[in-house]
Amino acid sequence: MHQVTTRTRASTIAGIAALALIAVGLILPAFAPRSLIQDLFFILTMLTLAQLWNLIAGFGGMVSVGQQAFVGIGAYALFAGVILWGWDPVPAILLGGLAAFLLAIPTAFFAFRLAGAYFAIGTWVIAEVTRLLIAQWKTLGGGTGTSLPREATSDIIGVEAIANLFGLRDAAARDVLAYWLALALAVATMAAIYALLRSRTGLALAAVRDNDNAAQSVGVDARRVKWLVFLAAATMTGLVGALIFMQTARISPDAGFSLTNWTAYVVFITVIGGIGRLEGPILGVLVFWGLQTAFADYGSWYLLALGLLAIATMLFAPRGLWGLIADRWGIALFPVQRRLILEGAKDG
Amino acid sequence: MIWLDVLVQGILLGGLYALFAAGLSLVFGIMRLVNLAHGDLIVFAAFAILLITATFGLNPFLAALIAAPLMFAAGWALQRFVLNRVLGKDILPPLLCTFGLSVALQNGMLEAFSADSQRLSVGPLESASIDLGPVTVGTLPLLTFASAVAAIFVLNRIFYTTALGRAFRAVSDDPTTASLMGLDPKSVFAIATGLAMVIVTLAALYLGVRANFDPSIGPARLLYAFQAVIIGGLGSLWGTLAGGAIIGVAQTFGAQINPEWQILAGHIAFLIVLLIRPRGLFPRAVD
Repeated sequence: MHQVTTRTRASTIAGIAALALIAVGLILPAFAPRSLIQDLFFILTMLTLAQLWNLIAGFGGMVSVGQQAFVGIGAYALFAGVILWGWDPVPAILLGGLAAFLLAIPTAFFAFRLAGAYFAIGTWVIAEVTRLLIAQWKTLGGGTGTSLPREATSDIIGVEAIANLFGLRDAAARDVLAYWLALALAVATMAAIYALLRSRTGLALAAVRDNDNAAQSVGVDARRVKWLVFLAAATMTGLVGALIFMQTARISPDAGFSLTNWTAYVVFITVIGGIGRLEGPILGVLVFWGLQTAFADYGSWYLLALGLLAIATMLFAPRGLWGLIADRWGIALFPVQRRLILEGAKDG
Repeated sequence: MIWLDVLVQGILLGGLYALFAAGLSLVFGIMRLVNLAHGDLIVFAAFAILLITATFGLNPFLAALIAAPLMFAAGWALQRFVLNRVLGKDILPPLLCTFGLSVALQNGMLEAFSADSQRLSVGPLESASIDLGPVTVGTLPLLTFASAVAAIFVLNRIFYTTALGRAFRAVSDDPTTASLMGLDPKSVFAIATGLAMVIVTLAALYLGVRANFDPSIGPARLLYAFQAVIIGGLGSLWGTLAGGAIIGVAQTFGAQINPEWQILAGHIAFLIVLLIRPRGLFPRAVD
């Protein structure tokens, strides 16, 4: 008798702690100050973007530097839904996911044709093309961008209920709503990624990343797995993009399709925290938030240091901070490694 | 006649893009490394030329001659001390390393040189032109194109007729066997990156005399270079020249129709080629 499991004692404890954290996160707006809610919104959205990039690059081996395409198109779809068709912003977030999904199909079609590392620049080209095309969309402000109309932001579904519940003003209640949505997206994304990695598809994904040909020789449909993961990550990225810009209430092609904000930061979070493991971006986003709070005023010096930090990480600790921790203490909070347990092994 | 003029301007512009692309193609061909900081290194070289021009009061062409060995050293050191350590079977570490370098370089230049647009001035040559019957072409674009042809010719000669070129081809095909034959792949890689930086200096010279540059324009140059490489087909330097010309022609035609469409037209030409000839027009390499 035997069984294969990924569960460890640390993972059971981590699972319980995660549930407790989610519960605390849910009731936090009842007593936390507004600035903390805004900071957490930033942390949660960046964490979700980093986990999604980690999924395709770290677990799938597809290094995309064009994820800003999906953030931008998601955000623009939300603005189109609200401004052109009069949708409420919250359901319009779903339009963002749909738009990113639709964009991801041609993106994958073109980028998967490119050999190895050229995939990265291919995704970047698609992001540029999307940005340039969107800048031609005059009804949404063209190159200068546009804002959500005041009527649309003032009566978002649920804001009034939240305002009454916590006795907040409308602006603060909107922050709470956005925060809850960010929390829901972050939890759903991480749960889905964890479930995927522990499933057969996750095993197939790792096999394709490590050796495309060998994986195919044992019957893994490499193309299908890559498409599936790329499209799913793009869709979720579009949802996050829509949510971020619902909160900002203002968009322009340069902000929506910003390489620095939606790909460079996301890459740095993942790399510094530890690429190819779920714990990495969690640790990375906390480090990033700390650096951002302390040094963001230094502008380009700060970005220069972040770039150098990423190079140093790749040189001296290629598996990031969490890699160092895992090597030192052997902890994995969200293990995906399969272990064989032979029953009766203790007796024999 | 205007369209013939546009066509010629586009092809000449393609010479500049081929210069952007040659270094990228060389490095990829030899070590399968895609340098995401390639565009920023071009801008960096342009600032180096500008600095030498301003400090010693030299002509940019002479300044480029001084900058070239310095850039060779910088490329050699970058490969030797950084990129060689992350090269391997996994494509992720070198990509992320050069991505970090791209962001660091851009922001470093922003601090050092500010966001102001700069230009390399070469006096009357800037506006000189030559009458070729049906079209009149600028001397400078023509010189750019001729330099691209010369650079590719020299690179091809180095690649196929010299001992260094043999070493390049050997480590590209099989670094392990090459090292059994007494080659050190790591130092060959370092020389290759150094050589790529010499071409980058040449590209930077023409970038700077042709138009304004500032620290933020690197990534767009990387994209043009990449498109020229893919359109031409991996491993073919003459193909890269053709690829550059196609991007150049598409951009000038796009700009002729609507100035806002210039860049977009180049990207779309690239996507069309990728759609119908995924391996490029003149593919040589199998990988």
